[in-house]
Amino acid sequence: MTPLLAHIEGIGFWTRGLPSWNAAVVHASAGTLVADAPSRPSPQLLPANERRRAPETVAVALEVAMAACHDAGREPSTLPSVFASTHGDLGITDYMCATLADEPRSLSPTRFHNSVHNAAAGYWTIGTGAMAAASAISAREASFAQGLLDALAHLANGDEAVLLVAYDGQASGPLARMAPSDGLLGGALVLSRQAAAGRPQLSVQLVQRHGDRDASGPLATLAAANAMAPMLPLFDLLARGNGSARVVAGPDHDLLVEVTGAEAAHG
Amino acid sequence: MPPLAIRAYTATSAVGRGREALAVALRDSRSGLRRNDFGTAPLDCWIGRVDGLEDLPLPGPFSRWDSRNNRLAWLALNQDGIPEAIAAMIERHGADRVAVVVGTSTSSIGATEDAYANLDDGAFPADLARADVHTPHSLGEFVQHATGLRGPAITVATACSSSAKVFAQAARLIAAGLADAALVGGVDTLCGSVLFGFNSLQLVAAEPCRPFDAGRSGLSLGEAGGFAVLERAQPGDAGLQLRGYGESSDAHHMSSPHPDGLGAQLAMRDALARAGIDAGEVGYLNLHGTATPANDSIEAAAVARLFPDSLHASSTKGWTGHTLGAAGIVESVIALIALELGQLPGTLNSSAPDPACGPQIRFQPQRVDIDYAMNNSFGFGGNNCSLVFGRA
Repeated sequence: MTPLLAHIEGIGFWTRGLPSWNAAVVHASAGTLVADAPSRPSPQLLPANERRRAPETVAVALEVAMAACHDAGREPSTLPSVFASTHGDLGITDYMCATLADEPRSLSPTRFHNSVHNAAAGYWTIGTGAMAAASAISAREASFAQGLLDALAHLANGDEAVLLVAYDGQASGPLARMAPSDGLLGGALVLSRQAAAGRPQLSVQLVQRHGDRDASGPLATLAAANAMAPMLPLFDLLARGNGSARVVAGPDHDLLVEVTGAEAAHG
Repeated sequence: MPPLAIRAYTATSAVGRGREALAVALRDSRSGLRRNDFGTAPLDCWIGRVDGLEDLPLPGPFSRWDSRNNRLAWLALNQDGIPEAIAAMIERHGADRVAVVVGTSTSSIGATEDAYANLDDGAFPADLARADVHTPHSLGEFVQHATGLRGPAITVATACSSSAKVFAQAARLIAAGLADAALVGGVDTLCGSVLFGFNSLQLVAAEPCRPFDAGRSGLSLGEAGGFAVLERAQPGDAGLQLRGYGESSDAHHMSSPHPDGLGAQLAMRDALARAGIDAGEVGYLNLHGTATPANDSIEAAAVARLFPDSLHASSTKGWTGHTLGAAGIVESVIALIALELGQLPGTLNSSAPDPACGPQIRFQPQRVDIDYAMNNSFGFGGNNCSLVFGRA
């Protein structure tokens, strides 16, 4: 296939100890963590009462999405969006299944509507007033790669720019052994068709999978136990500058992602 | 957009297995709804249940994906020439060039619920300790393995718009050169999460649902699965095609639609624009029409703003129940049946129109040949998708 191209206008990142893309870039070169980092993000997009009550997966998704839009200087309401999550909110799934086993008629309506896989996408479009298309997808360890392909397909079909958001949270209860995921991790990219001054370009190709995918970068090592960790080789690459990385795209395929033009890397 | 040929299509729901059963039930006004007999201590409501799934375990090689949802996926995959169409796509393009794009709202969560109800010393019982069913992509991954397709494989989970959006996503993938063809579809099965979840929102009717009826009181939940095989249209093609899609967000509320139906209008306008047709050219519109008091009147008003009085629009939830993440594919199949047979369904169980309904909302079926059919699917989080189908 011909590689798909995109320009990275903005990056958002959050994990415990690294509450911003700046902090992630510093960590990638110096190995430091932010000492007083909060244990969960506090996305300003939500009204104060909802900010506290929102599931942590929603909080991290909104935080990195907004950070990426700010970085890009894009008005969030104008962008179509793709939200990728391996498991959605595992804490809510645990609650739902435990309550159904115990007292099904007491199920919380709020927890139920927060249980949909597109909860983060829903809060995002409501909070920003975005009426463009929003998707929510899952593809197990290939969730980020498949989300990236959909985002690139948006650009190839005429959208000027698109927001890609990827996140997973903490597993809990008996489900944790079947769907393991630790910590809280989110990454977001604003991708565009037009070159942006000083911003890196991505070239993405679906290739046959083979054994030498490198997940030994500092970010990939730090958050290795989170279900969205397969996206981290790309974020390690972006923190480093130019080069290429392989991101798992399915049982048989990887995405070969090449980053160029990152000399004036921001962050 | 460049049209996509529909090489095969199918749906299995409470009215029966495959397209013929669906077409006959629509023609004969035979509902698939029954009193809720799902699970222990069932809620007092009506459901659209697919018979026989309990006795249809997945074949040995696929047993790690065995769940009610994947059983229905397997059942639906083996109807109406879908396997032959998939084989033809593999032959023509190679398995790497055929994508799998499927939608669901709850995937195999019924299996996770079962595990929680039967914990063995705090852990999942041995027969359910299979990671392959306890994740949203269980459906996409199973379909990928069951078909041997090796292109991009993805599960779309945007609640009740899921398996309409798969058409849009597959169209984008093919246009971007990431695939030459795609198997699209969706499967959702009855489970505690949706029955008790919708009950907690007080959206479930005690009686069979009555879409757009002045006396409607809520939805009936159902389960279904369906698939379609899409391929870039070729010169000289004859047959059914996907002509347009439109996606939008309400940007309003997690579980209630925009009061003026702005998102719904945006999705419908976008689908018509991509198809390059005027609203007046649409012969049939399958409405989202869940039979909840708010949703139906808002959708009816949005339709009345866009379409002439001559449009025949109906909700078919009275036959199948609201099949959630599968509604998009099942109702797309109904729209394709309308296009192929000129058989436009009415709205089963409904008799007294809500004053909010314009003349477009039809309760009686009609027999007339049409050029274009459309389907609306709207989901939680204000996630909307409309599709336009036509003929080469």
